[in-house]
Amino acid sequence: MSSVAADPMDPAPGPTQAGLGARISRQLQASWKLCVIAVPYAWMLIFFLLPFFIVFKISLAEPLIAAPPFSALFDLTEEGIVTIRIILDNFLFIFEDDLYIRTYLNSVKISTISTILCLLVGYPIAYGIVRSGEMARKLLLMAIILPFWTSFLLRVYAWMGLLADKGTINNLLISIGIIDEPIRMLYTDFAVYLGIVYTYLPFMVLPLYANLEKLDSSLNEAAADLGAKPIGIFFTVTLPLSIPGIVAGSLLVFIPATGEYVIPDLLGGGNVQMIGRVLYNEFHQNKDWPVASAVAIALLFLLVVPMMIYQRYQAKEAEKV
Amino acid sequence: MAGVPNLADTPWLDPSSEPFIRLRGVTKKFGDFTAVNNVDLDIYKGELFCLLGGSGCGKSTLLRMLAGFEVPTSGRIMIDGVDMSDVPAYERPTNMMFQSYALFPHMTVEKNIAYGLKQEGVAKSEIADRVDEVLGLVELTDFTKRKPDQLSGGQRQRVALARALVKKPKLLLLDEPLGALDKRLREQTQFELMNIQDQVGITFVVVTHDQDEAMTLSTRIAVMDAGNFQQIGTPTEIYEFPESRFVADFIGNANMLDARVTEAGTDHVTVETALGTIRTEQGIQVQEGQKVYLALRPEKIHLAKAGDPVHEGNMQVTGHVEDIGYMGDMSVYKVLVNGETMIEVTAPNLTRPKQRSLAITWDEEVVLSWHSNSPVLLVR
Ligand SMILES: Nc1ncnc2c1ncn2[C@@H]1O[C@H](COP(=O)(O)OP(=O)(O)OP(=O)(O)O)[C@@H](O)[C@H]1O
Ligand SMILES: [Mg+2]
Repeated sequence: MSSVAADPMDPAPGPTQAGLGARISRQLQASWKLCVIAVPYAWMLIFFLLPFFIVFKISLAEPLIAAPPFSALFDLTEEGIVTIRIILDNFLFIFEDDLYIRTYLNSVKISTISTILCLLVGYPIAYGIVRSGEMARKLLLMAIILPFWTSFLLRVYAWMGLLADKGTINNLLISIGIIDEPIRMLYTDFAVYLGIVYTYLPFMVLPLYANLEKLDSSLNEAAADLGAKPIGIFFTVTLPLSIPGIVAGSLLVFIPATGEYVIPDLLGGGNVQMIGRVLYNEFHQNKDWPVASAVAIALLFLLVVPMMIYQRYQAKEAEKV
Repeated sequence: MAGVPNLADTPWLDPSSEPFIRLRGVTKKFGDFTAVNNVDLDIYKGELFCLLGGSGCGKSTLLRMLAGFEVPTSGRIMIDGVDMSDVPAYERPTNMMFQSYALFPHMTVEKNIAYGLKQEGVAKSEIADRVDEVLGLVELTDFTKRKPDQLSGGQRQRVALARALVKKPKLLLLDEPLGALDKRLREQTQFELMNIQDQVGITFVVVTHDQDEAMTLSTRIAVMDAGNFQQIGTPTEIYEFPESRFVADFIGNANMLDARVTEAGTDHVTVETALGTIRTEQGIQVQEGQKVYLALRPEKIHLAKAGDPVHEGNMQVTGHVEDIGYMGDMSVYKVLVNGETMIEVTAPNLTRPKQRSLAITWDEEVVLSWHSNSPVLLVR
């Protein structure tokens, strides 16, 4: 082989015509990349970070009977001095009155149990869909997504109609003669769990499905070949490999369920206290925007911090090997 | 492999010996497509049986049926005297090395290899010992704590091999086991495979694309084409006594000539070809006037300069060197005979040339000669 032939990878001696073109296209590519990255950042900034800071600002203010109903953070006095008034009372207050702690813990409890229920119900569903034939798979996925096409509120009202003392289910059971007295279902913890699991199940099933569908079926064959029975294969191969799907689905259920307002309000009535309801009451009934904002901020941190810890832990696990 | 062949080494010649694997009329269809077509096969204990064939001819499918991942559309598979129809993969006395490796991505190399032993309920200390042993064999001792995605292709292949080997099953199914290894490691592993087969008496069925590998490794080879067996035999039989044009062409190289029988004797057949009348010492069932094919392997042709002495009694034709491929240990010559038929000849480069050119060069007139035993007549 002749070694004189030009190697295209060699740094060319001096900027040739082709080299210039390549450089321009590379630059274009880089700026394109920047654009692509900038869009989600801008989105986060405008629709998440900015509102967050506004809420944070309100949480450091004092309630006023005015519009807006809170004091300003910055004040320009007549001498031209800027004063900043930060009131931490709101944060102290939510720790003093145990209503907030209690409802917060209750919210976490309800959303944790709901998440586990969603997982227990959703995993077999996702697994079943992955295992079914091509046609059935499409239909089943459709069936999972279909409820999204009707209003969420409407579906919750429908559950009220089903669960009420004089609702469809009780009427049916009484008319068959299984029960004499209606069973109390509406305005109980049960109704709230049912509502949350029903509403958030697709958020568990879809990421699990996406995860399980990607799993290489030859891994199951390899495990069977090495003597593992179907149950063993599930616990040693399928389950560990679906952890990312489980985590994604659980977060998608847990986070919105914790702050859920509509379901505890409509299906739980006054009996089930969740932090979303407390927030609503502070804003609309007590008109105490600063305390409401402080509750919102506290909620955010109490949710985000454990997640960040979990992610760090995962990253460390991955590095360990 | 070496030594005097006796019946213990060649159980397929012994009508009284029981095959370890018995396939009868095994067919596998995927929809309308027939991947394996009505195959009969006996494999004996301790054999290293190679499946050789082009891509997509059904080798992996056959192996997967033995392992229990595919159910035959029809036919029966017996392993060690047991009908496998109702035996699930996890209860079969087989281990398979997958063409795609199928390593568990969430487990380290060590855990991958130990997996099968754990399923068997082997004691922890013994697992550790056996894993260490097999890791040494495939030279992966330094990589025990890595996950599969932190390994190179060849390293992954070795993990897959180790995982299948460690259980020492009665039947090992290897799907392209050595393809991604470098030459040194491949030869070493081939040697080890033969060693293991000798010591433990495991029966191997190996799929390979690599003819040389099939030749060196196997007790017998099955050449497959489009779901059918073209020929089953020892490496020598397959190479020297091919039964069809496909086999002659697929294994090694062959000059293939159309021929017509002019004389059909009991110990010889004479045919008319583009190279003229050729006599072959071969007693096959043909009739005069029948159209057949004549295969002549390039290394069985002697190449000499025009005018040089030629073995007496050999067939000979003259030709014109059109092209030379120099390969170091030997050279490939393309010789045009009668101005129309290109014949390929290989010749070892026995001596170092005096000048920086070969003894026989382009455009030279040469004499090709061969023993009348060398050509093979093929009817299909
Ligand atoms: N699950 C399947 N569905 C449909 N067709 C299949 C399936 N598995 C294999 N085939 C087809 O069967 C034929 C044989 O496949 P197989 O995997 O046995 O080939 P192979 O001989 O192992 O080839 P290679 O050397 O490329 O690995 C191929 O044409 C393939 O496309
Ligand atoms: Mg294959």
